Amino acid sequence: MTVTDHIDDTTPAVDPPARGRRRRRRRYTTLSKGDRFWLGVMVGVPAFLHLILVWVPALATTALSFTEWDNLAPLTDIRAVGFQNYWFIFTVFDTNLFPALFNNFILVFWLFFCSAIGMLLAYLLDKNLRGGRVYQSIYYFPVVLSLAVVGFIWKSTMFSRDRGLLNVIWPGEPIDFVGDGTKIFQFDIPFLDFPLGLSRNFAALLIAMAWRHIGYIMVMYLAGLKGVDPALREAASIDGCNEWQSFRNVVFPALKPINVVVAVITVIEALRAYDIIAALNEPRGTEVMGTLVTKSLLGEGGGRVGIGSAYGVVLLLLCLGFIIWYVYNHYRETEQ
Amino acid sequence: MSTATADSVSDQELVRRSDGRRIRPARILLHTFLITVAIAWLIPIGTAIYNSFRFYESDTQVNGPFSAPDTLTLQNYRDAWNVGEMGKTFGNTAFIVIPALFITLFLSAAVAFACTRFSWKFNIAFLVLFTAGNLMPQQVLFQPLFQIYKRVPWPDILSDTNTGNLLGTKIAVILIHIAFQVGFCTFVLANYMKTIPKELGEAAAVDGAGVLRQFFQVILPLTRPALAALATLEFTWLYNDFFWGAVLLNQGDERPITSSIAVLNGQYATDFNLIAAASIMIALPTLVVYLILQKQFISGLTLGANKG
Repeated sequence: MTVTDHIDDTTPAVDPPARGRRRRRRRYTTLSKGDRFWLGVMVGVPAFLHLILVWVPALATTALSFTEWDNLAPLTDIRAVGFQNYWFIFTVFDTNLFPALFNNFILVFWLFFCSAIGMLLAYLLDKNLRGGRVYQSIYYFPVVLSLAVVGFIWKSTMFSRDRGLLNVIWPGEPIDFVGDGTKIFQFDIPFLDFPLGLSRNFAALLIAMAWRHIGYIMVMYLAGLKGVDPALREAASIDGCNEWQSFRNVVFPALKPINVVVAVITVIEALRAYDIIAALNEPRGTEVMGTLVTKSLLGEGGGRVGIGSAYGVVLLLLCLGFIIWYVYNHYRETEQ
Repeated sequence: MSTATADSVSDQELVRRSDGRRIRPARILLHTFLITVAIAWLIPIGTAIYNSFRFYESDTQVNGPFSAPDTLTLQNYRDAWNVGEMGKTFGNTAFIVIPALFITLFLSAAVAFACTRFSWKFNIAFLVLFTAGNLMPQQVLFQPLFQIYKRVPWPDILSDTNTGNLLGTKIAVILIHIAFQVGFCTFVLANYMKTIPKELGEAAAVDGAGVLRQFFQVILPLTRPALAALATLEFTWLYNDFFWGAVLLNQGDERPITSSIAVLNGQYATDFNLIAAASIMIALPTLVVYLILQKQFISGLTLGANKG
């Protein structure tokens, strides 16, 4: 590791003679051996932990997805099988993969819709209303709860067939919203011999997840809106924009950095969804990629590491595009 | 910085209000809407709290969740506490969360310091690595992680599993929490430290302070607001973890509090008031932290979102 010097190319207030400046820099900012050692430790220890426990396993899972292996057997039993596992999960196990993928896609769209509601609430609260802080605290509090606990709270009061409050707004016969996997709508896909659709219990979980997600996004946008120069809005209203026009053309574009963050949070949350479904024991109809990967690596099928890893890689690839987009956006602006 | 803009906004608002003080119907409509949403937001938890003090089969199920109670009781709380072994699992959570929290913050501050205050070949690359790692889905990591933990020897005296390796110990959960959360915290702290003027470090260097002194006595004290905000946020995240506790710790009574509630749900699937009582006890620590440290909490979230 080559530690050079402080990033000290700022403040050229009084430009000293070149020679003097050069000498000063060398004298005060080159690092001693001890300093280099400590900087190495400061970066090395966390980087080692992070690489060994996050990146190495991610790469290992990717590698394992091209192999066949029973995780109780020794490592020498690992056998390369090429793309066979991928062929299996897209054909033989398509009844596992596609419903889970479909639920994840619904979740992405749904959480984007919720993010829009969060933005609307933030916009309304940003008007310096009386009691704005109270509203904000109420909308936000579910965010501090674990999604598993959210699942249990909703199960205990909203989902049950006898006394669940969701049945108050549900038009038909009262149903058990945890267990009822009947499809609300479904449609056929040309290359699949079974239909895909949204089940009742997953729809109920979507509402519970919205309860938590909206407040989260609202707070992000509230912070973003505080950073929008009020003069911009004033100028827009002087120019005769109505409220929608000034939001659409002035405020929303000014929120671009927050929009990027929110988009990433929304997609990653939707793809990584696991807790609430697993906590309710994964009722039929609510499977997502997160539970599918976990179940196929831990449950009865746990011996087939290759198949489980292939599911994992599908999930990883879905996340990866957004991760790269986000990191690129953030660090490109930092570089400038 | 942000407080300054907030003040100036409210000043303008005051001026506007004092010169033309009329209540517009739009405002009333707006408040009606916001109050409706607020009530809807409070219904799930409010009903859960109310009914957790009632018997389910003899009361709520017969009379409905909003009726006046037959009797108010703490029995659900007692049962949930005993059956869920919540005393023990709360202890497990504390054992995992407290060290994980402090070590994560300390290590992230060190990386962020080294990457933002000094320029060397790979500093941005490291930040990218940490940021991207934190966004990865956990489910993709755990199978190889098992294999790694299984091969790391660990003295039995320091664990309650007696297998001679890390797998199944709470230390294993602490380690993966640190490795994972270091990503996010480094990202936030790096953004924050970039805003501290470079001259401060230079002045200390001129006075003969080495890297360690610059870190502990100059930069770390100045980073305190960000650390406080992150600590609040990370506390709730680590406390709320469900996945790692569930997959890395086998026995229900070894698990942290959030993962162990699944056991309770299996045994008392239909006593909804008991489940409500358990949920509320689990939610209580984070709710208390939120109510007391709301400002820290929110600034922790937004520190990650705003640049610099």
